[in-house]
Amino acid sequence: MKSIILSVGTRYLVGLLIIFSIYMLMRGHNEPGGGFVGGLIGAVGFVLYALASGTEQARRALRFSPEGIAVMGVFCAIAAGIIPAFFGDVFFTGQWWYTGPGGDDKGFVLSTVLLFDIGVYLAVFGGILALIFALEEF
Amino acid sequence: MEVLLALVIGVMVTCGVYLMLAPNMLRFLFGLVLVSTATNLTIFVSGRLTEGHPALVPAGHDAPIGVVANALPQALVLTAIVIGFGLFAFTIALVLRAWTTMRTMDPNEMRLAEPRSKDDA
Amino acid sequence: MSWLLTAPIAIPFVTGVLAFALRHYRAGAYVSIAGCAALLVASILLMSETIAQGVVAAPMGGWVAPFGIIIVADILSAIMVVITAIIALAVAVYALGDIDATMEAQGYHTMYNILIAGVVGSFLTGDLFNLYVWFEVMLISSFGLMVLGGRAEQIDGGVKYVALNLVSTILFLGGTGLLYGATGTLNMADLSTAVADVDDGLLTLIAMLFMISFGVKAALFPLFFWLPASYHTPSFAVSAVFAGLLTKVGVYALIRVFTLIFTHDPGFTHTLLLWIAGLTMLTGVLGAAAQSDFRKILSFHIVSQIGYMIMGLALFTPLGLVGSVFYLVHHIIVKANLFLVAGVAGRIAGDSELSRIGGLYKSTPLLAVLFVIPAFSLAGFPPLSGFWAKFVLVKASLEIQSWMIAFVALLVGLLTIYSMTKIWGQAFWEPHPDGREPTLKSLPIAQRRALIWPIAALAVMTIIIGLFPGGFIALAERGAHQLLQPAEYINAVMEARP
Repeated sequence: MKSIILSVGTRYLVGLLIIFSIYMLMRGHNEPGGGFVGGLIGAVGFVLYALASGTEQARRALRFSPEGIAVMGVFCAIAAGIIPAFFGDVFFTGQWWYTGPGGDDKGFVLSTVLLFDIGVYLAVFGGILALIFALEEF
Repeated sequence: MEVLLALVIGVMVTCGVYLMLAPNMLRFLFGLVLVSTATNLTIFVSGRLTEGHPALVPAGHDAPIGVVANALPQALVLTAIVIGFGLFAFTIALVLRAWTTMRTMDPNEMRLAEPRSKDDA
Repeated sequence: MSWLLTAPIAIPFVTGVLAFALRHYRAGAYVSIAGCAALLVASILLMSETIAQGVVAAPMGGWVAPFGIIIVADILSAIMVVITAIIALAVAVYALGDIDATMEAQGYHTMYNILIAGVVGSFLTGDLFNLYVWFEVMLISSFGLMVLGGRAEQIDGGVKYVALNLVSTILFLGGTGLLYGATGTLNMADLSTAVADVDDGLLTLIAMLFMISFGVKAALFPLFFWLPASYHTPSFAVSAVFAGLLTKVGVYALIRVFTLIFTHDPGFTHTLLLWIAGLTMLTGVLGAAAQSDFRKILSFHIVSQIGYMIMGLALFTPLGLVGSVFYLVHHIIVKANLFLVAGVAGRIAGDSELSRIGGLYKSTPLLAVLFVIPAFSLAGFPPLSGFWAKFVLVKASLEIQSWMIAFVALLVGLLTIYSMTKIWGQAFWEPHPDGREPTLKSLPIAQRRALIWPIAALAVMTIIIGLFPGGFIALAERGAHQLLQPAEYINAVMEARP
């Protein structure tokens, strides 16, 4: 499908969708949102791009193979499960690190929970793109 | 509300089973999607319905205040939807592939793995 | 302690990811072997812990029962995990000689290891919904393995496999939803006590949903048609691991829920299971008699053997469950081994259709011996493992005067010999129809080793279990005791602390 309106519009939309997807991922920590929704929104960006300019272009723009991204996501999720064991906790217990000075100001919060969510994001993102590219190229 | 949803589930399962009985893989799949959605609704209803009280903790509190909806079935349904989505996507790709290799959607006609007799093989 | 329980699940996942990174290199296959070996070590450690300590349990993420997901291992789970690791390792080695570079590049080793993770996860989880998730992990990777390679028969078999397994999944989910609605919990140990407050009729209805759903997975009569339609189509390594492990997860799930949760009315549920067991045995073995393909005969025999395992559960006596557990162990080893033998025979003789091959006894006596050991064991000849498995089950049925099922079990044993003789006669004894003399020497030495060693190792295991059954039966007795007296399991789960 060749449409100038779609392909020009897509250029702006892809970037916006990806930024929005990362916003959704980070927001999911304390409010509705999260890795799954984020991954879906991010995938929609590339799906749109694939519709406008073909899957070959979309694959090139993605740089990594979607399957690889999905497996990377699984790895992040598993790592989030294993890391607590090094701190003497059971599998999948959340570990937290605060960059702030302490007290009420926690600063930027890092955690294995976030790593798990990033894993979900990547797995959903990669999985959906792998499927849609495969169906498109059928 | 539960009664209404139970009726809806019943109708969905009926339609789903009717579609699944058709000798066409695509209809079978559509039927399966309907039944699967009905199942998800069943889980949702089995957590009892609580109107207008989302299971969210307000800022500055450790626990939700007052009556809130049961969050567990919602988490279960979400998981089930996600898994179901993945499985159905795979299955649709597989059925498409089956159509291009065998040129039929009728599972009774798909005899490559199980030839009727030795002459067909 | 939590390490011991989670390592068998985490190892295959990590292996799968590493194998994916190396999928274009031969190293991927070796990573997979190393991962399976590590899994075996971890599972043996877990086993020794359960033997020493009784039931071990750990709450994931520190959420205690009944709210969080508990990973728990009793003797039955531990045995299943060890057997899974053994088969996983054997097939991973076999894959060196069976899976070509194209399939490796498509991610064979990743899917294989994630399949193993799904199987192990199903054995170790103590939560019903989590069991559903593990089933799906197993299912989605088995879908991929089933059609990997993309030959037309594989697509055909795959469609039927996928379709019927999806139906079973939905029934499982529906049953889980209703059970949650009735009791408000999903923790299996908690359910065991919570179901006492549920109306018996409703509980029986839910039990039937579970029986049908797990029955499809375990390939019980009359729900087994997907199995002989698909198990002979994928590559040999894949069909061996499917034949050994996948249906047994269904059997395990049936044993678990029908000893822990649905024990309110054994007069109905377990009698029904007994009928199903008998019919499964008979239809499976009769179906096999009508087949003429190496792997199709073996596929029907899986169905018939599943009947034996369910028979032990259905008798619902201590000895019956001992028989079931022992049979599971024996069957997984023997059946996977027979599929591996079928793979070698097909590879060197050119086909797995029996009328198109032959002469294997004359030209490859080694393979003939390696076939005879599991085949005789399957049919139940002393002193091989199958004899003891059948002996215990028949004894258990005679003890409670179930003459019918004892008769069926013995009859099916006889008919099994008939099928094995058919394979023996056509593939091994008769000369090859094309006048070929298939020999192992036609394979490169490295491939030959990769194919033969796992078969030989599994055959030796069959003999060891056959010659020294005492220890294994004693272990199965402890496992059966834990199943019938679930108080220890329930306490371990409810008191599991991080």
